[in-house]
Amino acid sequence: MSLASLHDPAMLETLVLTLKLASVTTVVLLLIGTPLAWWLAQPGGLWKEAVGAIISLPIVLPPTVLGFYLLIAMGPESPLTALLGHKLSFTFAGLVLGSVIYSLPFVVNPIRNSFAAMGARPMEVAATLRASPFDAFRSVALPLAAPGLSTGAILGFAHTVGEFGVVLMIGGAIPGKTKVLSVTIFDYVENLEWGKAHVLAGGMLVLSFSVILAMMLIERRFGEARGDARR
Amino acid sequence: MISARFAGRLGSFDLDVAFEAPGRGVTALFGPSGCGKTSVLRCMAGLTRLPGGRLEVNGQIWQEGRKITPPHRRAVGYVFQEASLFAHLSVRENLRYGMKRARGPLRIGEAEVVGLLGIEALFSRPTAALSGGERQRVAIGRALLSQPELLLMDEPLSALDRISREEILPYLERLHATLEMPILFVSHDISEVERLADRLVLMEAGKVRAEGPLAQLLADPSLPLIHRPDLAAVIEGEVIAVDPAYGLSEIAVPGGVITVPGALGPAGTRRRLRIPASDVSLGRRAPLDTTILNALPATILDAAPDPDGHLTTVRLALGPAGNGALLLSRVSRKSWDRLGFAPGDRIVARLKATALAGRGRPAETAPERKMTDVPD
Repeated sequence: MSLASLHDPAMLETLVLTLKLASVTTVVLLLIGTPLAWWLAQPGGLWKEAVGAIISLPIVLPPTVLGFYLLIAMGPESPLTALLGHKLSFTFAGLVLGSVIYSLPFVVNPIRNSFAAMGARPMEVAATLRASPFDAFRSVALPLAAPGLSTGAILGFAHTVGEFGVVLMIGGAIPGKTKVLSVTIFDYVENLEWGKAHVLAGGMLVLSFSVILAMMLIERRFGEARGDARR
Repeated sequence: MISARFAGRLGSFDLDVAFEAPGRGVTALFGPSGCGKTSVLRCMAGLTRLPGGRLEVNGQIWQEGRKITPPHRRAVGYVFQEASLFAHLSVRENLRYGMKRARGPLRIGEAEVVGLLGIEALFSRPTAALSGGERQRVAIGRALLSQPELLLMDEPLSALDRISREEILPYLERLHATLEMPILFVSHDISEVERLADRLVLMEAGKVRAEGPLAQLLADPSLPLIHRPDLAAVIEGEVIAVDPAYGLSEIAVPGGVITVPGALGPAGTRRRLRIPASDVSLGRRAPLDTTILNALPATILDAAPDPDGHLTTVRLALGPAGNGALLLSRVSRKSWDRLGFAPGDRIVARLKATALAGRGRPAETAPERKMTDVPD
């Protein structure tokens, strides 16, 4: 097997698409996940826990189940399609929506835990120091929840890069549009192109290791800097 | 001038308090744990909302029933039980957090606060490396720099060990002597109150039992405070002479002059004396041969036997005319009966000189940091 046989322009295309999907998804997740996590971290009744459970569903649900419902929701007869005027299935936007829902718990839960660990006190202190609620959120809550935010961002990104079932259900494998890395690997294996599969799979392995390592290093650094956040 | 009234239900607890405090000086909210002191303070800051209430501070209405100004729109400084410094900010950034956001004219500057609290040396250290006492000093400085019209302190010493507490008390006494702004603090420790407060609001089970000047309430025979075992009178006076050879100071108080150990500063320095009732004995005449330094003419106001035992608590007014400072004495009931004292009698009160604790008001220099103040 020659090195040349490993070269495939589709490989780069799929890689770029995957990274683009993961980046967009992560940004969207942080934008909606942070306020959601804040809301969930505030004391509240039973139904807040119910919302928390719904958000956490993708952790336990088989991806194909989630993908199936998403496919229906994005299909030609769904209200969502009627609302948008076109269907989202088999489009990049559809993939982003699916990934956001699929990866939501991995972003929301660490941020929520960070906010909860902070307690109400820092916000009260900020309020008595003339900080408006938004100002206090920005200048106190967000920096104090930084470990949760970075953990959430990394997990959300990595989880989106690795997703397979949901993507396959709602995106299919349209090259350059919806054919992401994990699907490409599956294709290579189906076509017995083991060498190419090795390149991508190995790359994923290295990437995943780096992500986990980075996460642990970040947590350690914050742990040291924080020491005694609420004494 | 502060006028507060809060009424309503907090959880399973009914709060119904109303009190006033002057626009200057220290008012203590005192009472047993769970009597609602902290809730009152939180209502004053706007952190807890009780729709049945009214709060006016220096002419501004902070609450009128359901119209409640949110905390960040009130010029209030709040010192929590635990220092609660922002862990992601340096000591200096913590200090400036409120200052940057303060509106209106700057009443107190950074240099002044840093000097008052002796926190300059802490600037270079991470907040996590500060001791409990140091953290609380930074927290007080941070609150002061937010330019409050009212400083609220919720048991600022209770989370500290005894040594840190002793370290921080002189700074609080200094704030008291220097600052124009009114301070309200919550405490369940009468010795803190004796050192810091001018006025007392006595709370009991969500209600105000009594309020008034400290010295008066401490000695009020109708209040439970009179029965505490470490009963003491608190008297304010002014240094009139210092005798360095013997290491004594003379302090003029209403109705007399009291000699106190220690050089307590130049003439004119205000000092607060705490005179335990058990260290005051009574006699008909001035003693002739005695080692006691202080024998002061006084008039008996009244006396009441302690509920359970052999002692009688006597209230006295210093001075032959019986119009001076209030002094307390606890003598055995037997002596009281034997000597046949009665209200209105002019007697001589003898004070053990060593029992007079000259608790400093304005310290001339910043108290030195103690070696024992180890970061925890």
